[in-house]
Amino acid sequence: MYKYDQYDQAIVDARVDEFRDQVRRRMAGEITEDQFKPLRLMNGLYLQLHAYMLRVAIPYGTLDSRQMHMLAHIARKYDRDYGHFTTRQNIQYNWIKLEDAGDILADLATVEMHAIQTSGNCIRNISSDQYAGAAADEVADPRPWAELLRQWSTFHPEFSYLPRKFKIAVIASDEDRAAMRLHDIGIQLVERDGKLGAAFYVGGGMGRTPMVAPLIKDFVPIEDFLSYAEACLRVYNRYGRRDNIYKARIKILIHELGADEYRRQVEQEFAHVKSLGIDPPAAELERITAFFAPPAFEAGAADTVDRSDPDFAVWLDQNVKAHKQPGYAIVNISLKPVGGIPGDASSAQIDVMADLAEQYSFDELRVTHAQNIVLPHVAKRDLYAVWQKLVEADLASPNLDLISDIIACPGLDYCSLANARSIPVAQKIAQRFSDLDRQRTLGELKLKISGCINACGHHHAGHIGILGVDRKGTENYQLLLGGSGAEDTSLGKITGPGFDEDGVVDAIERVTDKYLELREGGERFLDTYRRVGFDPFKEAIYG
Amino acid sequence: MGELRFRDDEALEQPAVTLDAFLDQSNATAVRLEPDEDARLLIPHLDRLALVEIAFPKFRDGRGYSSARILREAGYKGELRAQGDVLVDQLREMRRCGFDSFAPEKPLDPAVVKTTLDRYDQVYQRAADAAVPVWKLRHG
Ligand code: HEM
Ligand code: SF4
Repeated sequence: MYKYDQYDQAIVDARVDEFRDQVRRRMAGEITEDQFKPLRLMNGLYLQLHAYMLRVAIPYGTLDSRQMHMLAHIARKYDRDYGHFTTRQNIQYNWIKLEDAGDILADLATVEMHAIQTSGNCIRNISSDQYAGAAADEVADPRPWAELLRQWSTFHPEFSYLPRKFKIAVIASDEDRAAMRLHDIGIQLVERDGKLGAAFYVGGGMGRTPMVAPLIKDFVPIEDFLSYAEACLRVYNRYGRRDNIYKARIKILIHELGADEYRRQVEQEFAHVKSLGIDPPAAELERITAFFAPPAFEAGAADTVDRSDPDFAVWLDQNVKAHKQPGYAIVNISLKPVGGIPGDASSAQIDVMADLAEQYSFDELRVTHAQNIVLPHVAKRDLYAVWQKLVEADLASPNLDLISDIIACPGLDYCSLANARSIPVAQKIAQRFSDLDRQRTLGELKLKISGCINACGHHHAGHIGILGVDRKGTENYQLLLGGSGAEDTSLGKITGPGFDEDGVVDAIERVTDKYLELREGGERFLDTYRRVGFDPFKEAIYG
Repeated sequence: MGELRFRDDEALEQPAVTLDAFLDQSNATAVRLEPDEDARLLIPHLDRLALVEIAFPKFRDGRGYSSARILREAGYKGELRAQGDVLVDQLREMRRCGFDSFAPEKPLDPAVVKTTLDRYDQVYQRAADAAVPVWKLRHG
């Protein structure tokens, strides 16, 4: 894992001091709320329906047990004893007092954490593959490149007042576990002639106008990496629309210019920017990469697991994934117990996960964009012990990628922009399908819920998506089918008129029944949908 | 504090003219750029310019940051002024983009200006100022 040196620490410490001062000036009335807003937003502090919400950055979703314990401490001391892990691999606290914000940031800084640029119209926390460093299919660990981007983008003087927020994801596998092409810039590390480089996909995003990012450059070598990113951003900062907040994302610029014209402008800017000496020497990537060296795996560790406990075997099959190192496995901890709030964890649970990471996973954890937690490097002989401890902490739901592994945004329970509640719908769906055998029969089924068109819950990318809308003052839910945030990225299609809360649960059941009737061989829901198309499902829903 | 200047030379008295007027080959040595105007149009004329004033009608509009850097990258050495809705918490970024004078609409508190500008000793990236990025400090 990356460790701060004195420079990184000095920057984060200065930020704590700066934010304390900004809060003090706001509380003294020296600056208006309008002037304070972009400042607090650049520090992840939102004003929600009931209180301030603080979003803490977890760069590329990686953290160690000390940091995880700190997240528990903050939940306990400053919030209501829980935190909410988000689709951007961060954590949010929903009940923060403005006057505590400075102390929270100071506490975070003691464990090399911060809330820098977790909101606002700037380059946000960089996201990545939660299996980085553990997946067999990666060409390299993507996180050193993400860390390079983190440093480059932190307080970037030119890109702090962009037309709109800017999200970057970096992956290094053909299998996309990070919804890479639904980011403003999605980067996939690729190998060419034995050298690593970055493919740049630019202009994806969700929100009210979802778009899948087109490929802008197939291979950017490391020595040009930051210059190329700088050129992409400069074209956007200069020409992205500022007349209409709903058209301000880079996807709209690229859509209006066309990918070819945008590429031409970027190439032209790059030719100039490259002369400015923005790219650090190769030694800097090497320095960072050394922090991500594989842990000291035990050679020849036993590769077999005793499956005699049937409940354990179910969890093993559903939540545990193959590791590149023989004798090891990737453990997914589901934060989606039936009846729970997707992504929420109590401080006690956060502490349990931290302890497990320390004892069994080389002190590492990951947060996933599906709002779950990963222990990336667990020896197979320890799996049973880990599972038992997860069971005790109510963290062993064996439902990864099943219909109850729902992504849901905070919705009307918390969010001031919401049209409808997301959490109760997620709970009702999970309850309806609570029978695990039934879920397993349905197989991989990614269900995603947003409480409004902003799409924080990735509804466009759900195999089944739900979008909360406001219909004449009552909450109404539209159903979407056929989206995907994986390497086969696609956007869901709205089925037709919306439903009330119970109606949408019924409609989903009609869809899944139809799927079971139509599926062939080992097809997932998405495969069947793609094969037979929209109409059979539409008919099943509306009759 | 109305005006804030980080230059040793005398401030120019001449008013800044619009970009159109300037390109229309006036003899002006001071020009004002609106957010949507292309700073690169000035590049052929940099040696006769003593002041470029970049307008910030709204503090949220960040185009002027790119305009400033583009001028500095092209070798412009004259005064580069940010005028308008310029807030104290933006001074550091603006300084890093090459601005060396400020004409904020609302006066800034000099004490806050000083703490703001002195706060950070380190920067992560190269920009239009002389600050040395930490990767350079790490690797020499
Ligand atoms: C509760 C306070 C929140 C507010 C006010 C809020 C606001 C917004 C807005 C306005 C957008 C649309 C931006 C655009 O299209 O330009 C958006 C998108 C998004 N938000 Fe949130 N959000 C909140 C919470 C969350 C949470 C909890 C998550 C993670 C679980 C999240 C993740 C996202 C994602 C992934 C997108 C889509 C990004 C894209 O359009 O490409 N947000 N949010
Ligand atoms: S999708 Fe809408 S309701 Fe849900 S968190 Fe985002 S802004 Fe709020």
